[in-house]
Amino acid sequence: MATTEELNKQTQSNEETEYLLEVNNLKTYYPIKGGFFKKTVGHVKAVDGISLKIKKGETFGLVGESGCGKSTAGRTILRLNKPTEGQILFDGKDITNVSGSNLRKARQDFQMVFQDPYASLNPMQMVGDIVSEPILNYNKRKNKKELKKEVMELLNRVGLPEDAYYKYAHEFSGGQRQRIGIARSLALNPKLVIADEPVSALDVSVQSQVLNLLKDLQDEFDLTYLFIAHDLSVVKHMSDRIGVMYLGGLVEVADKDSLYDEPLHPYTKALISAIPEPNPQLKKERIVLEGDVPSPSNPPTGCPFHTRCPLAKPECAEIKPTLKEVKPGHQVACILYD
Amino acid sequence: MIKYILRRLLGMIPMLLLISIVVFSLALAMPGDPFGGEIDPTNTDPEYIERMREEAGLNDPIPEQYVRWITNFVQGDFGKSVKYRYDVKDLILDRLPNTVFLGIMSLIITYIVAFSMGMYAGRKPYTKMDHLIGGFNYFGLAVPSYIAGIVAIYFFSFKLGWIPYTGSVGVGLEPGTLEYWISRFHHVLVPAIILGLMSTASYTQFLRNDIIENSRKDFVRTARAKGTSESKIYNSHILRNSIIPLVTFLGFDLVNLISGAVITEAIFNYPGLGTLLLDSVQSRDYAVVMTIVMFSSLLVLVGNLLADILYGIVDPRIRLE
Repeated sequence: MATTEELNKQTQSNEETEYLLEVNNLKTYYPIKGGFFKKTVGHVKAVDGISLKIKKGETFGLVGESGCGKSTAGRTILRLNKPTEGQILFDGKDITNVSGSNLRKARQDFQMVFQDPYASLNPMQMVGDIVSEPILNYNKRKNKKELKKEVMELLNRVGLPEDAYYKYAHEFSGGQRQRIGIARSLALNPKLVIADEPVSALDVSVQSQVLNLLKDLQDEFDLTYLFIAHDLSVVKHMSDRIGVMYLGGLVEVADKDSLYDEPLHPYTKALISAIPEPNPQLKKERIVLEGDVPSPSNPPTGCPFHTRCPLAKPECAEIKPTLKEVKPGHQVACILYD
Repeated sequence: MIKYILRRLLGMIPMLLLISIVVFSLALAMPGDPFGGEIDPTNTDPEYIERMREEAGLNDPIPEQYVRWITNFVQGDFGKSVKYRYDVKDLILDRLPNTVFLGIMSLIITYIVAFSMGMYAGRKPYTKMDHLIGGFNYFGLAVPSYIAGIVAIYFFSFKLGWIPYTGSVGVGLEPGTLEYWISRFHHVLVPAIILGLMSTASYTQFLRNDIIENSRKDFVRTARAKGTSESKIYNSHILRNSIIPLVTFLGFDLVNLISGAVITEAIFNYPGLGTLLLDSVQSRDYAVVMTIVMFSSLLVLVGNLLADILYGIVDPRIRLE
């Protein structure tokens, strides 16, 4: 056991250079205030110790049901939320505790596509201003004409007409608005883009267009994606590697094929069994989980999943499993594989 | 846009006609008549009184009186003040600049104070300074202007001697000179603050709450993610969204200035339309009362139109058609 761990460490240090993002034991807690004097009476443990590494150029998918902390994790990695604990290394630099102008400077390399294309665009700004604002913020272009040309090219690239420049966000449909959001996030030529459920607010017919656009842009702009979604088929289509989240923690991380073909964690198994099968001839067994997701303010002891796990053993309530590599490139947090 | 404004202006005509009927009926319903104070008290000869009434047209049928009044009114003849014994038009034109000056000063002070306090409190909510501003606001909302005005006169005029407590300009100053204007500002400053106290308080509180609300919206997070500085986020992204609800107040504010001026001007003995209205009501100077009421009604309508036009300017989602 010890030797394999050592080996792991070695291979990790060898590969260190090619990781764009490294997150170690990241925690984001929100205080719960109560009582007359508004004292902190507890914490919502939205993200409770996740660690992940993303290689340059790959797409890392993060799945989980709603409320499991995916979005909070994404926002915390981009430092839009303050991490409670842990470490975020971006391109080798520790950005966990930078603030003020240093954080602003760092931001140009990582951008986010937000979940709600309706609320995330300022209704008072013209689309051209929305997209050119990041460039102006970093003084990347001084010439007005040049800037406008660049923004129009960008709008064109994401599939919007050039006259979109002079329109306001409310004049567009959901899919078009998400394209505006994508153009905005690409304006600074970032290295990492975190896409926080970029298609969950869109019509199914529009989803695939936006997803394909994201894929095309990845090749063209040499992007690394952290793709957050709750739709398993969407994640499968997009990702190279996938992390499954449950109640603030990662329960399984694996390559796409490995995860979908042979899921190891009982939660992942249940999730994958729930993907609808387009072929009606094929009968497959669905694992139905009982009960509800426990509250993140009062998570269960031991394994957070043991309250609903069909394979739970008495020890599960006591031992909190950590992610371990059980096969090359396939990590799982479950005592069944110890 | 121009079409829209024209249509709205046309729509005002029937509205104003209806208002004029109400104003006229109210004037008729008032006790006494304009001659109560005009008739020589020693001359109680009913024939003399009857002759005066006949001359003034008070014995004609009411619809006839109304038509006569409205026709003259539309042509710019607002009648003659019984008390001052000259044209209402000249009387009002005499006083109007004072009231307009007071109103504009009050608006300017309100906006400057409310925006600086509201933006500060909205950006740093739940701090000591925010609570202080909040306290001031509730004070401003709770204390009526006639109390605040009297207290201000007591302290600033009688105790400290900083400000004059009556009139609109010092005696014997040549109009147009620098001293004249300084004296006018000196006279108008405290009344303007008192007049704007309530709207300052409500503007501040509204702006603060709206800024807090908007600062939690998604597009603010977007702005932060794209590297916009905090001050720009607050001063342009959030403020631009937060001034929209305030535009609604602008329409009401114009009217408030007139009605509020009645009280403020009376307290500070400021010779404006407000004191004129009050005097005229007391002396049953119908022509003056009716004219001032008609013009403040017109101001309400114009204020609302102005607010609607401004909506279209500040909010790109609203198109006026």
